[in-house]
Amino acid sequence: MNGQVHGYHGVAVRIAGCGKTFGDGTRALEPVSLDIARGETLVLLGPSGCGKTTLLRMVAGLETPDSGGRIFFNDADVTHVPIEQRNVGMVFQSYALFPNMNVADNIAYGLKFRGTSAQERTARVAELVALTGIEGLEHRRIDQLSGGQRQRVALARAVAVRPSVLLLDEPLTALDAALRERLRSELNRLLRTLGITAIYVTHDQAEAMALGDRIVVMRKGAIAQVGAPRDIYFAPASRFVAEFVGAANILEGVSSSGTLTLRGGRLAIEKTSVEGPALAMVRPESIAIVAAGNASLTGEVTSVSFVGDRQRLSVSGAADRTIMVDVPNTLMVKAGDRVGLSVDPSAIRLLPKGEA
Amino acid sequence: MRDRLIFSGQLLFTLLIAAFLIVPAALSMLAGVTANYFRGISSGFTLQWIVQVWDLYADTIGRSFLIAGTTLIVTLVIGVPAAYALHVRGGRTSRAIEEIITLPLAIPGLAIALALLLTYNGFSDFRRSWLFILTGHVVFTLPFMVRSVMAIFSAIDVKTLDESASSLGASPLRRFLDVIVPNARPGILAGSLMVVTLSLGEFNLTWMLHTPLTKTLPVGLADSYASMRLEVASAYTLVFFVMIIPLLIAMQMFATWGEVRK
Repeated sequence: MNGQVHGYHGVAVRIAGCGKTFGDGTRALEPVSLDIARGETLVLLGPSGCGKTTLLRMVAGLETPDSGGRIFFNDADVTHVPIEQRNVGMVFQSYALFPNMNVADNIAYGLKFRGTSAQERTARVAELVALTGIEGLEHRRIDQLSGGQRQRVALARAVAVRPSVLLLDEPLTALDAALRERLRSELNRLLRTLGITAIYVTHDQAEAMALGDRIVVMRKGAIAQVGAPRDIYFAPASRFVAEFVGAANILEGVSSSGTLTLRGGRLAIEKTSVEGPALAMVRPESIAIVAAGNASLTGEVTSVSFVGDRQRLSVSGAADRTIMVDVPNTLMVKAGDRVGLSVDPSAIRLLPKGEA
Repeated sequence: MRDRLIFSGQLLFTLLIAAFLIVPAALSMLAGVTANYFRGISSGFTLQWIVQVWDLYADTIGRSFLIAGTTLIVTLVIGVPAAYALHVRGGRTSRAIEEIITLPLAIPGLAIALALLLTYNGFSDFRRSWLFILTGHVVFTLPFMVRSVMAIFSAIDVKTLDESASSLGASPLRRFLDVIVPNARPGILAGSLMVVTLSLGEFNLTWMLHTPLTKTLPVGLADSYASMRLEVASAYTLVFFVMIIPLLIAMQMFATWGEVRK
């Protein structure tokens, strides 16, 4: 990789009050505002129909925000700049490679509109082919490539033009699980190497955690939470975020001076201003199994499912609902056992009540 | 044994059907080179009827090819961008426009011709030129071009291809020429083949629209059947075949070659 690649970081992107109402009156996106720093990878995460793709397409210039919404690249207002003049790089879920061109021509296509000489184009293609690990495929036709290879070509093509911002719309969704995981780490390495501003849309929370400097969790056309992967995971702002990102136990209890009272006992919690009925979130891996004898919270194991690297227990009777507990794969425990549950107070998070 | 019997039966059936189609055509062409058809082959063979057809109708042959070629160019220039716009736009208006373009398929050619006559009778120079027939042929063949190109557009997700080209900086014209047209080639070739075939063979419309000076091949054929010796009309059929069959085969091969290359 040469200095040119390293020296390029794209622009800061500012989304200001951008909403989207479609022609038939459906509101795809409530007005949202976001700042994306130069070189940052921002992941838009949410279930289908949450508006994440609409937001990405607005930054790309494929959709226009409702009046009042503005999009800035650095300080330039690009709201009404058509996509072909925005200098974005885009990777589509279907890759959208041009079947009438070979791999090298696909990668070089965008360079034609940037006054690059044929010689420079060849050099740039060689550079990207090496960067994405598709050496030797330059003269292949698109229909002769595997899914993973197509994905790499699509990425190389988008990066080739040195875009102001790289936009990725579920780029790994079309691949099978094993390949997806491998390409995820390759993509991560590439984004770090390039250090380019990137917006990445996905519905896969593991992908979001692995790739994002920050994650924007979206729901029903609005932002549910913005934060670093650790913040989102350990300190979700709502029940929706807690349940969408990773597995979560959401328990109803009563909080009173540092103690959370559940149906099957009590748990110590950190000092909080919340007193009275409360909703608590505990991740399955934060719960430890202890002897039932002197534990403050006890329950009965109803099922044990062994998944290899760990086993997941279902424990009933401890709270208003069955609690999921992840324990080491060596722990000998079987259905019907009476167990004590212990949780570090810092791993219990009280959530606002009254949200579906 | 049973399989052989079934095979023989099928072969016989196929040959019969083929004969049903081919024998009349062959007889007709044979008549075109017979000195006197009423006396039969015994009267001897001659090329005089073909020479006569050439003297009388050579201009109709040239005109037919001129009209077919021009119709193809016009339907390509109008039809391919129209299909692109209709597909990318989508929505109710596009569907309505598509239906309107397709309407000439459902309306009898004579009715379309009548409508054109009513509309353009006042423009006498236009009315008298071959361009008037061209107009009819374009109206009649355009839906075939638009339909086959739109079918290929739905098959290749042209909208995303267009978006990805635009994200790379291509202007609408460049995306159309670099990405849309090359990838729609099988549909464009299929549409072209249909347009040329239909235009060359079109009779209904053309018969209504022609003047004595703007006859096309099929109209000339009808004319010769009506007013010439049977041998002349038959020789005309022979000429028609010799002209059109190689062209159709060539176009078909060209289309297949386009498919394979894609």
